[in-house]
Amino acid sequence: MAEAEESPGDRETASPRPLFAGLSDISISEDTPVEGEITIPMRSRAREFDSSTLNESVRNTIMRDLKAVGKKFMHVLYPRKSNALLRDWDLWGPLILCVSLALMLQKSSVDGEPGGGPQFAEVFVIIWFGAVTITINSKLLGGNISFFQSLCVLGYCILPLTAAMLICRLVLLAGPGPINFMIRLFVVVVMFAWSVIASTAFLADSQPPNRKALAVYPVFLFYFVISWLILTFTP
Amino acid sequence: MAAVDDLQFEEFGDRATRATSLAASPDAATVSIEDPSDASKHQPGPPGRLGREEDDELLGNDDSDKAELLASQKKSSPFWTFEYYQTFFDVDTYQVFDRIKGSLLPIPGKNFVRLYIRSNPDLYGPFWICATLVFAIAISGNLSNFLIHLGEKTYHYVPEFQKVSVAATVIYAYAWLVPLALWGFLMWRNSKVMNIVSYSFLEIVCVYGYSLFIYIPTAVLWIIPQRTVRWILVMIALGISGSVLAMTFWPAVREDNRRVALATLVTILLLHVLLSVGCLAYFFDAPEIDHLPTTTATPNQTVAVAKSS
Repeated sequence: MAEAEESPGDRETASPRPLFAGLSDISISEDTPVEGEITIPMRSRAREFDSSTLNESVRNTIMRDLKAVGKKFMHVLYPRKSNALLRDWDLWGPLILCVSLALMLQKSSVDGEPGGGPQFAEVFVIIWFGAVTITINSKLLGGNISFFQSLCVLGYCILPLTAAMLICRLVLLAGPGPINFMIRLFVVVVMFAWSVIASTAFLADSQPPNRKALAVYPVFLFYFVISWLILTFTP
Repeated sequence: MAAVDDLQFEEFGDRATRATSLAASPDAATVSIEDPSDASKHQPGPPGRLGREEDDELLGNDDSDKAELLASQKKSSPFWTFEYYQTFFDVDTYQVFDRIKGSLLPIPGKNFVRLYIRSNPDLYGPFWICATLVFAIAISGNLSNFLIHLGEKTYHYVPEFQKVSVAATVIYAYAWLVPLALWGFLMWRNSKVMNIVSYSFLEIVCVYGYSLFIYIPTAVLWIIPQRTVRWILVMIALGISGSVLAMTFWPAVREDNRRVALATLVTILLLHVLLSVGCLAYFFDAPEIDHLPTTTATPNQTVAVAKSS
């Protein structure tokens, strides 16, 4: 326990320091020990988590993560400038979206004809390596976003394109034709614009102002390639 | 507290006295960071560089000393840190646009490297221009094939996604391995013949990367299924990017043996021609081939098919 040694100090520092004028009036005798308790206002919920997540049921754990993922989906669908996507990043959503998109892009090709659509691994690689490349690019340009936050945003903003893929597959059940193609084109273009707008709403603020276009263009290219994959899908 | 006068910077005399004191050791190479207009008067320069006044505008001798000093100051982080690689992305949006514009409008007599890059080579331009070009060629090729075979009953559309990896390999190999070979070659010739102009590896990568930009709109326009239109586009693109490359590398090999210099330039241009013609041939089906005999083929077209096969 430290004793207060303010009285000798007061005499030295009192006069040329108008800033601490009030201190010279305070003096604590040497007999009084100074002690106390420092409490930092923490979120008490965190302490409960630490002790009780081991004991909770599996359903609780899964539902908690699913709710976090669902909340982020809502943020992507209605892009506002909020920090929720960036603050608590997680990669579950991107994984779910990536796997579902890659599965939907599979065609039931019995004969392995060359020059077909992308394989599952190719879609996976494009999405993840594309996102990593864009993240590294934005960090090299001087952006102050963390690596996983950027991956999280880019992955979640694939949601409109996954929805477009679903709609395209349903539309293709009606049979090929030019009207079919027009509908698919319109849907893919709208969803592509939605993805780009959503991701730039989250990412653009973290870039230095004179390099925003340099950091946004690769995002545009990334979603353009995915949109092309979706548009050219033929069962 | 120290008096204000003590903090005054000591003057070591003006430039004239400094120059005379340094003139005592005439062999010393003095580099002073001053206005470019004054620098040509003051620098004695190393003994190898005779004053070639007509080349100053092209080569920027006074700029190159200052630029080298700045360049050596810039890259001081060791290569395993992230900051080292950040120095290669130290460009603003308007700088990238200026460099792209410079590659589209080659002005005779202006060197692309000296004018636009100025010892700040960036890797952003080459990397993303190559990436865009890869996808532009693959997508345009696919679209063009689709449009050519549109009416045929037996044609089943395939996205041909595997061609993207072929395109990526070819274009990135061209944009990185050819500059590596060229840089090695220029370094080797530099050791034999004293050249005024020498480019660093990154500057050569930069020139090659930005010179490929013209192929992006060319690839999009190659969708038009007309033979003559495609070849005219090839000529235009080759003319523009070839002249950028030629004007950049001519000052670097000019000092050399005449034949070596010409051979170097011819090789550079030949590789460029090979790239564009190869891309056109592989990714874009010829407009008259693959038409089934049921379509009305005039004798002219069959002759063209026979000639091109």
